[in-house]
Amino acid sequence: MATMVAKTFRGGVHAHYHKEDTASKPIRRLPPPARVVIPLHQHTGAPCEPLVKVGDEVKVGQKIGDSSARLTAPVHASVSGKVVGISLHPQSGGRDVLSVIIESDGKETLDEHVEPRTDVDHLSADEIKAVIREAGIVGLGGAAFPTYFKLTPPPGKSFDTVILNGAECEPYLSADHRLMVERPGDIVDGARLLLKATGVNRAYIGIEENKPDAIEAISKAVKGDDRISVVPLKVKYPQGAEKQLIWAILGREVPSGGLPVDVGVVVNNVGTAAAVRDAVFSGMPLVERVVTVAGSCIAEPQNVVVKVGMLVSDLIEACGGYSAPPAKVIIGGPMMGVAQFTTDIPVTKGTSGVLLLSKDEAAPCDAMPCVRCGKCVEACSMRLMPLWIASYAEAGRFDDAERMNALDCIECGCCSFICPSRRRLVQAIRLAKSEIMARRRRAQAK
Amino acid sequence: MIYLKAVLSLGLMGAVFGLALALAAKKFAIEQDPRQDRIVEVLPGANCGGCGFPGCSGLAAAIVAEKAPVDGCPVGGPAVAAKVAAIMGVEVGAAKERKVARVLCQGSSDNCGSRFVYDGLSDCKAAQLVDGGAKACVYGCLGLGSCVAACSFDALHMGPDGLPVVDEEECTSCGRCVAACPRGIIQLVPAAQSVTVLCRSYARGAEVRKTCKVGCIGCGLCVKVCPTGAVTVENNLAVIDPAKCDACGKCVEKCPTKCIVMKGAKASADALAAS
Repeated sequence: MATMVAKTFRGGVHAHYHKEDTASKPIRRLPPPARVVIPLHQHTGAPCEPLVKVGDEVKVGQKIGDSSARLTAPVHASVSGKVVGISLHPQSGGRDVLSVIIESDGKETLDEHVEPRTDVDHLSADEIKAVIREAGIVGLGGAAFPTYFKLTPPPGKSFDTVILNGAECEPYLSADHRLMVERPGDIVDGARLLLKATGVNRAYIGIEENKPDAIEAISKAVKGDDRISVVPLKVKYPQGAEKQLIWAILGREVPSGGLPVDVGVVVNNVGTAAAVRDAVFSGMPLVERVVTVAGSCIAEPQNVVVKVGMLVSDLIEACGGYSAPPAKVIIGGPMMGVAQFTTDIPVTKGTSGVLLLSKDEAAPCDAMPCVRCGKCVEACSMRLMPLWIASYAEAGRFDDAERMNALDCIECGCCSFICPSRRRLVQAIRLAKSEIMARRRRAQAK
Repeated sequence: MIYLKAVLSLGLMGAVFGLALALAAKKFAIEQDPRQDRIVEVLPGANCGGCGFPGCSGLAAAIVAEKAPVDGCPVGGPAVAAKVAAIMGVEVGAAKERKVARVLCQGSSDNCGSRFVYDGLSDCKAAQLVDGGAKACVYGCLGLGSCVAACSFDALHMGPDGLPVVDEEECTSCGRCVAACPRGIIQLVPAAQSVTVLCRSYARGAEVRKTCKVGCIGCGLCVKVCPTGAVTVENNLAVIDPAKCDACGKCVEKCPTKCIVMKGAKASADALAAS
């Protein structure tokens, strides 16, 4: 491995990583909260219908919401106790989502469906995918795309490679890093299950070079299985973006408007792989996840295992509370995460981090005119020209923005990050994307 | 001699090319209804798109092709419709009711707070994409002025309290501001309609009370007090049927949050009488 040159993609930026506060501390398991708010829509796809009523007793791992839609992911109770409400509750992203509110009885009684599986080796690909679906597993990197759906190639297409994403390129976040150091065996078990589920016999685990302990741990765990290799990646943001990761590892380019399956690849987060392993081996659905709590305004920055549905305000309390009043609270990483206006929101399956940033870390700034320096073009990880797409969007010329391939933007934020004029490039491109999609929907409806 | 040669050769070439061009013009002539150009001349020429066609020439072509009515221009009103009708040699139908844009929100910064500090593009649609907008009321005006930027008739301005104000005299009801608003707060209403509910919130009364001082709480007092049965409450929001409303002003008086107001001609007449 040592002789291997670290791989990467074209473009991207180098941000300060700020991972030192949390990356060296072991993951701490938080005691179950007294109350959880479990949104019925935590994933890409159709929202779930509640399967419980107010007053019902529920147990850990019991399914409390599901949908008959093709693209969805069921949700499960993360604590045992009583359902005290099913109502709209704010969620990160600003929308109110129908949520099941459970008061914990503190007993952590397991649901009878949750039991270790002894016949793991005999499971077929379809059976593994069914387990993944029933366990409500979604991409834990942040996008929360239902995993079983991703593992099934559309008709006429097929996979030849599985990639596990351990890049964790977002600053501050170290949840995947700690997971790779502490549970490398489980992640590799998860990788083997994903290989079986997709019928593929080639897997790569991409890890940025700034996590040598993780590379070492995972390399040790894959020893003896020559289907899986560890690929050290250059430290650069957004190395963990799907298309950039595929390019770095395989040199394949996902076509414009396409998906990784178009080049025969399926990418999953290392955390997702561990969740798949848990669901298949122990029968435990996705009811908890590792969350990085960091930033200069939290008293005890650390990685914690959190029950899905725990309120962010309780989570902050459990990490020692605020050390200073934060200027910005972000769910996710600082580059792609979403700033919040309340902490009365639950941790969901897609919550990779909670960042409490000080005024110095998140200073507001005024946008200045574009000086045509071209830095955004250099930094764009999708090889677009952000300055033009953004100006067209601001001028309302969405046809022109579409012609400049606005829809290929992955909203990684490199252009806004690098812009010396502090222009709101990603925001303008997001506006263009939403308008272009709205126009397409309108045209389709006609 | 040399001059004569030049004059003759150039003259000859000119005559040949001229003839060729004349023949080409005849042969490849595009049939265009002469009325189309005349209609373009009488249309306002703002190319606002309010008619639904691409600019004034687009509408003219559609009128000539009888795919649009002669009074298809919402900006020109009856005067332009009459001229277009004369060109087309038809009668104008009954004069269309003049409409104006109205901003159905009074949630100024004093009346309705913010959920967070928005620091981004000064565009309402972009702001709406950030956590659903910073305004405390998710139905209220975001106040970034996308409607003002969309108005090509100088009929919309940003008021001192952060809400757009329509100059109803200048408004041509082209509808561009309506399309620019991501929250559907601006609507085209008959200019004659004076009693208007200036709120678009479907939230329940208690929630409205929490976020806005002047929002409709759906209390239904207006329904009770209305002598003509013109007011109904649908989805926690009072709705006035302009056909039934006789502008008596009882609901305006009774409304506890003052979200029903007297607007337009009647309001100015009342103000005059009061002074």
